[in-house]
Amino acid sequence: MTKWAMIADLRRCVGCQTCTAACKHANATPPGVQWRRVLDMELGEYPNVSRAFVPVGCMHCDDPPCMHVCPSTATKKRADGIVTIDYDLCIGCAYCAVACPYQARFKTDTASFAYGDPSPAEAQRFDPSRLGVATKCTFCVDRIDAGLAQGKTPGVDPDATPACVNSCIAKALHFGDAEDPQSNISQLLAENQSFRMHEELGTGPNFYYLWDRA
Amino acid sequence: MSAGPQPWRQQHWDWRAAANFLLGGAGSGLAIFAALAAPAAGWQGLLVVALALIGTGLACVWLEIGRPLRALNVFVNPRTSWMSRESYAALLLFAIAGAALAIGGDALRVALGIAALAFLTSQARILHASKGIPAWREPKLVPLVIATGIAEGGGIALALDAALRSQPWMGLSLFTVAVIARALLLGGYLRKVGPALGREARETLTAAGKVLRDTGTVLPLLLLATAILMPQAEAVLTAFAGLAAAHGGWRFKALLVTRAAFNQGFSIAALPVRGTRAAGHATATRRTP
Repeated sequence: MTKWAMIADLRRCVGCQTCTAACKHANATPPGVQWRRVLDMELGEYPNVSRAFVPVGCMHCDDPPCMHVCPSTATKKRADGIVTIDYDLCIGCAYCAVACPYQARFKTDTASFAYGDPSPAEAQRFDPSRLGVATKCTFCVDRIDAGLAQGKTPGVDPDATPACVNSCIAKALHFGDAEDPQSNISQLLAENQSFRMHEELGTGPNFYYLWDRA
Repeated sequence: MSAGPQPWRQQHWDWRAAANFLLGGAGSGLAIFAALAAPAAGWQGLLVVALALIGTGLACVWLEIGRPLRALNVFVNPRTSWMSRESYAALLLFAIAGAALAIGGDALRVALGIAALAFLTSQARILHASKGIPAWREPKLVPLVIATGIAEGGGIALALDAALRSQPWMGLSLFTVAVIARALLLGGYLRKVGPALGREARETLTAAGKVLRDTGTVLPLLLLATAILMPQAEAVLTAFAGLAAAHGGWRFKALLVTRAAFNQGFSIAALPVRGTRAAGHATATRRTP
């Protein structure tokens, strides 16, 4: 079985937000909607303060609360672990958005563009099916599927890899098959200490944070 | 919208969602009291008011959803979604209520009470299933929301009773028990959920709890006690006791759904240890675009 997962190496992330921009470019999300974002976290108390840049987004949980609460079955989980939303089924109740512990879901009721009127590029890529429904990171599922169809390896071949991972200037973001012991992801997890966010909630997020050597 | 990492108030459900919990909770509680009151005179009036409250609450939610023309999709996932189950419970409740109004009978009366309780339970579980909101996901909230729905419904029943003269002794007893149970459950809920909340959410819930305790519990119990001592003013005092109990519950739920609904923000379990990592095999295998 395949289980796609993402890794953010907190030692490498410099908070440049290139992944955020790449995601917006790849997915044409409107202003205010960031499927991938990087938090600038300040931790501790003066003078013992540390800073960490923390990429967040949909964690594609093993047991996603968003899917369980969805009354329309618009939110589903594929066999490879990717949590998807069917925009044609979603009623826009936002129950998934309040059920998600990672604030990964967005709902926009009206069309909005960066500078008021849509630019030609925005007009071309505007998708009315995304209005009034929940949206979130898809792990660039279309790229993964298209890449796999061409025999490519997600996480290794850029054409089959999520845009945020491709764009990362510091190689802080990684993507791959967590079930394959030879995958880049599995090896990184074996070589390093990692944690998952809000693990105590039992959602089983498939987004790992590396913080030190094993 | 804030992007964290500190918790911020959820922006997805506003007064329209809160109205469903207020009106639906009180309406289903009132339906239980209507079932208890039947076949005494006026029970039909209580039931019609209950259905109107529930229907208005559901209409408020319908106004909030992003794709109202697809509203029927809400029925698709009763296997895991409490929102779907709430919809089925509402459907069942309206059907049984219609039959009870048309035909009557003890069996339908019992079924009506069960359907109303199912609707109320579904509403409570909707909040509990929202894992993103610490104030909602606390399991002790479920019995509290059920108890307050019954107390609110009983309160409205008592307030309407001055006109309808429908409530038997059993109704007044259930109302009193629900009001006291609600106060006890509130204490347990606040004690459990408090440490998990940020300052603003905790202060909001504490203030809401004070209204529920003072206006929603102490005042109605005092009014009911006074009504025993002053039989000539019984109808008015009982009506006000009911309204106070309903107000306390409504105020609490309105604040719970809107003002106290903070997410838990983001946190990391360990700080990055920088400057010690050698280039690993996995990194080396990744091809650059």
